[in-house]
Amino acid sequence: MPKLYVTDLAGNQSVVEGEPGLSVMEIIRDNDFEDLAAICGGCCSCATCHVYVDDAWLDKLPAAEEDEHELVSETDAYQPNSRLSCQLEFSDALDGLKVTIAPGE
Amino acid sequence: MTRRIVIVGAGQAGLQAAATLRQQGFDGPLTIIGEETHAPYERPPLSKAMLKGAMDADRLAFRKPAFYRDKAIDLRLATRAVAIDPAAHTVTLAGGDRLDYDKLLLATGARVRRLDRPGADLAGIHTLRTIEDSLAIRATLTPSTRLAVVGGGYIGLEVAAAAAQAGCSVTVLEAAERTMVRTVSAPISAHFQELHTRHGVTFHLTAQVTGFNGDGRVAAVTLADGAAVACDAAVVGIGVVPDTALAADAGLDCKDAVWVDETARTSDPDIYAAGDCTRFLYRRHSLRLESVQNAVDQAKTAALAMLGQPAAYDAVPWFWSDQYDAKLQIAGIFIDGVDQAVVRGDPAGASFSVAHLRDGRLAAIETVNALKDFTQGKKLIADGRPVDADALADPTVALKDL
Repeated sequence: MPKLYVTDLAGNQSVVEGEPGLSVMEIIRDNDFEDLAAICGGCCSCATCHVYVDDAWLDKLPAAEEDEHELVSETDAYQPNSRLSCQLEFSDALDGLKVTIAPGE
Repeated sequence: MTRRIVIVGAGQAGLQAAATLRQQGFDGPLTIIGEETHAPYERPPLSKAMLKGAMDADRLAFRKPAFYRDKAIDLRLATRAVAIDPAAHTVTLAGGDRLDYDKLLLATGARVRRLDRPGADLAGIHTLRTIEDSLAIRATLTPSTRLAVVGGGYIGLEVAAAAAQAGCSVTVLEAAERTMVRTVSAPISAHFQELHTRHGVTFHLTAQVTGFNGDGRVAAVTLADGAAVACDAAVVGIGVVPDTALAADAGLDCKDAVWVDETARTSDPDIYAAGDCTRFLYRRHSLRLESVQNAVDQAKTAALAMLGQPAAYDAVPWFWSDQYDAKLQIAGIFIDGVDQAVVRGDPAGASFSVAHLRDGRLAAIETVNALKDFTQGKKLIADGRPVDADALADPTVALKDL
């Protein structure tokens, strides 16, 4: 299975396997990274699954839709490489994707 | 000294409390008791993505089985707690087993309110709370099915939206004069009723349902005015009732819900409660909330308090509903009284907000497809600074600039 690299709030990086078709949020949640709240369950209604995407991978992801951009851009921890992980569908093409969990509100 | 913690209820609040307890370093025996056969799972998609076939039940679990093993959480599914003995600090399970606790968390949630009318037991009449309920409703949503929805609240309208999109012929029967009357303001009700009407949904407001007709299977919903709404299936979504049975039997303070203080503690110093089953004090208001946000935040509050770190629960409540392509998001509390409602934008358009002021400060905001207003409004509510009502009414002025 393709691999996902996740860095937690303390700066520790781990690698997990991710099932293609699941969202990056689901993969992070399933692997019990406690820093990711993901409260709304992935319907793009909150911004509690906020991650920073490694710059090398940014161009390989589909652009954020308006809803996602409006939510994530209003968070205090927003950066240009911010995404909501519930909106990122994992796939073989994303094998090796690196994300860092962003601080909560 | 807290050595053993028992959590009754394996929903969002129960799971969150267990996760927080372990995150905070609690390493004593930790048991979660759940009546359902499923490990804790997300309920919001049951009335949304699940009904549209856009999500499968196996994606709803909050955690994989390994989580409970790795965290040494004794997850007892298909198990019912039948009694609490506060003096002896024990929970009795159906079957007679007894569990000792030092601290107990009641996260018993709520049960769907039943409509006690003739014919309510007919086949084809559904309620919605569990995975099984959602799958059963989904199976009925085939093109040209005539669906009667009793209750025009969040659940009823989300079901109506999924059914209309699946090609069903949908009629919503609501007892009040407008939909979602307990949870949203009149402009929001009107907007959503219009949206549903455009999708072919028929509304009967001020409808008094007297019963259900059918030979073994529901064929019509009967109304007090003599009308009968023919249907092939019905969904009853008329709210939930907090599950207070254990707490009441144990002598804890509860009336309509389990009463807790700002730290989620009940009237017994070693018993806490969180989520849909509670009534609690929040910024001088006595509140009952049925929401994911409350389940999560109150459970965290309870977990910390059980570990001897009590802190007042002070998160801004928020809610959401998805119907068709409309995203309804609400932050704050306004149902129990505000001074002024200010509409931002055009309620007849696809995107607008209703802001509610109390003492010159933003108390709550309801937004339709207006995510910036929702996120900025939530911060403005928490901030509590006075805002100018005229500027608030101008949708070109960002809330963060008020």
